Amino acid sequence: MRVVLAEDLALLREGLVHLLQAHGFTVVAAVETGPELLKALVEERPDVSIVDVRLPPTFTDEGLQAALEARKRVPGLPVLVLSQHVEQLYARELLADGSGGVGYLLKDRVFDAAQFVDAVRRVAAGGTAMDPEVIAKLLAGNARDEPLARLTPREREVLALMAEGRSNSAICQQLYLSESAVGKHVANIFTKLGLMPSDDDNRRVLAVLAYLNAQRS
Amino acid sequence: MDEGVDAARPRRDRMRERAVRLARWGRKVAAAIGHGTVMFAMALGQLPITVVVMVGVVLTYSLGMVFFFPPAIRLGRWWTGIARRRAEAWSGVRIEDPYQPPPPPPVRQADGWYREGRTLYRTPRFPAWNRRLNWLTKDPATWRDLAWLVLHPITGAPLAVLPLLLIGYGAYLAAAQPWPGALAGAVPAVAGLLAAPYVPRLYGLWTRALLGPTERTRLARQISHLARTRTEAVDAQAAELRRIERDLHDGAQARLVAMGMTLGAAERLVDTDPATAKELIAKTREASAEVLAELRRLVRGIYPPVLAERGLGDAVRALALDCPLKATVEVDLPDRPPPPVEAAAYFAVSELLTNAARHSRAREVTVGIGRRGGDLRITVTDDGVGGADPARGSGLRGLERRIAAFDGELALHSPPGGPTVAVIELPGVLPVRDRPRATLPRRKIVLMAVCMGFSWLPLFAQGLVALVMKLVGAPRGWFVALYLPDPFSWLALIAFINLGLMMLVYGSYLAVEYEHSKRLAASA
Repeated sequence: MRVVLAEDLALLREGLVHLLQAHGFTVVAAVETGPELLKALVEERPDVSIVDVRLPPTFTDEGLQAALEARKRVPGLPVLVLSQHVEQLYARELLADGSGGVGYLLKDRVFDAAQFVDAVRRVAAGGTAMDPEVIAKLLAGNARDEPLARLTPREREVLALMAEGRSNSAICQQLYLSESAVGKHVANIFTKLGLMPSDDDNRRVLAVLAYLNAQRS
Repeated sequence: MDEGVDAARPRRDRMRERAVRLARWGRKVAAAIGHGTVMFAMALGQLPITVVVMVGVVLTYSLGMVFFFPPAIRLGRWWTGIARRRAEAWSGVRIEDPYQPPPPPPVRQADGWYREGRTLYRTPRFPAWNRRLNWLTKDPATWRDLAWLVLHPITGAPLAVLPLLLIGYGAYLAAAQPWPGALAGAVPAVAGLLAAPYVPRLYGLWTRALLGPTERTRLARQISHLARTRTEAVDAQAAELRRIERDLHDGAQARLVAMGMTLGAAERLVDTDPATAKELIAKTREASAEVLAELRRLVRGIYPPVLAERGLGDAVRALALDCPLKATVEVDLPDRPPPPVEAAAYFAVSELLTNAARHSRAREVTVGIGRRGGDLRITVTDDGVGGADPARGSGLRGLERRIAAFDGELALHSPPGGPTVAVIELPGVLPVRDRPRATLPRRKIVLMAVCMGFSWLPLFAQGLVALVMKLVGAPRGWFVALYLPDPFSWLALIAFINLGLMMLVYGSYLAVEYEHSKRLAASA
């Protein structure tokens, strides 16, 4: 799998390259700045890219802007954005085109290599990987939403993991539930929120995220 | 098709509109004339006060009877205070009190004496009295008040009744002359009616010229204000740095030390007891995530990353998304304010949103950010229960302190039952492209003073009064025009009156222009 990597700190960049190579990825470009990133994304068309939000030369949100621009030019280009802090604002901008293949994680998540690589693969496959902190904020912001209040605590857990972009089997593992139990919870959630059930994992996640975001604006 | 019908309606509307405007103008003229008469009456009532105050001052400086001075000045200040408020109410021109703050009371020394300069006093009475006297004599506003007390009856007062005088004069001309000549009376009458709506403002400007604070006083006040806010800002900055230092010292630093120790232990155990070593390493990894979370929180409190990355507008949008209420954000800022201003504005909005979410029981909140000239203006409105009071919440006080460094002000309107509207204004923090010239050239200011100060001489003393004298056939006295042979004396009278009017009008025009230029400079 071909990866483009954008990170300005040399130490972290090298670490990520090693980590990715150890898990069978090919890093086709490891760049430092926003303009370089945009060029690499558009020219290389990688299977997935890993992008730091803040990059030179301005050290603002160059990485995010380059990723968004590249996705505009190459629709559905899978991008996993890493940052020292997560903002719902950025998550929304990444999800706005509704085409999936986006991830938005805190840099800390790199510590757990297995989980991180799983997220990268999910994004590459056109899925989503949202940081638990983003989802927690999103759910907290929807505290007054009535359909959400009707969910049981267990269903809320399932909803949170689903919103992060986990598949049913991943949710089973995480919550120590059987596959059929998770399936039942998911069906309940969709009924209570009034969403159309879907067998496709990605579309399902996007529907949930769209629901949570819509209640807030 | 039928254009006549279509056109009739707008024409009728236009007629109605014109009628409304005429009625409004009529009310304005009537109010100006009525109030002007009251002002004139007040100026007459002022005469005895002027005499008493002047006698007090003259006794002080000629015979050294200083004990007359403070009461006389107090009387004068009482009266000018009333005059200021009246002029303000009539003209809409804001006139601030120009006086310096009263002196602090003398402090008792350790030995029980009171020291004032090189003299020691047994009781605080004399030094306190001395200080008060000094405070009164050294304040330029005292002398400007005196000038006003003397000048006002012969300048401002006639100005206040000018429209009435003109109309009366027109009526007199019309009544005194046979038919075609009577038309001449229309000219002053119309002039009086047209001038009436402008008289209140002129009166206000004239009153402020003497009773308002001078540029010098205003600057002195501003300097003391700046010195105070600077001290507060520096103190707040130092306290903030101390807090960050403590947080880093007790938090991140301590945790990193612990992590280093755990890693050291893991290194020792890695050969002999790999299972425990692995456990220790996993523990270190968890600890590192905690350190990161803590640093993230700290960084957010210092300078929020989203503010650095996106600027005020998006940072406030991010705040709104994190707010549990339904929040709408409207931003109208063409370019980014300087970073310190952005940070102050961000934390202010953050505080207000937190308050709204915590105390107001609101469902929705609206944040508006915009500019007015060089001012940054932020409004936060919620539909909650109201009753917010900055005196009670320490958060709001902290907010006020933070924006005080930029001369910012918080206006909180929160009646019980809501809604709560908080307005923050940070004046002059945004760049303004073309800066207009501050004030008029000195030559014009002198000309304005001469016109406004001496227009009464040709208009009343040598003009209208002389006219009355001529009509009643009184002795010529010091009225210049009455010494001329007859047709010329009339012409001279008219010329004097016209000269006086022209001086008044031109002086007022300059005053308005001066005012305008000052306002432009202030908003820049």
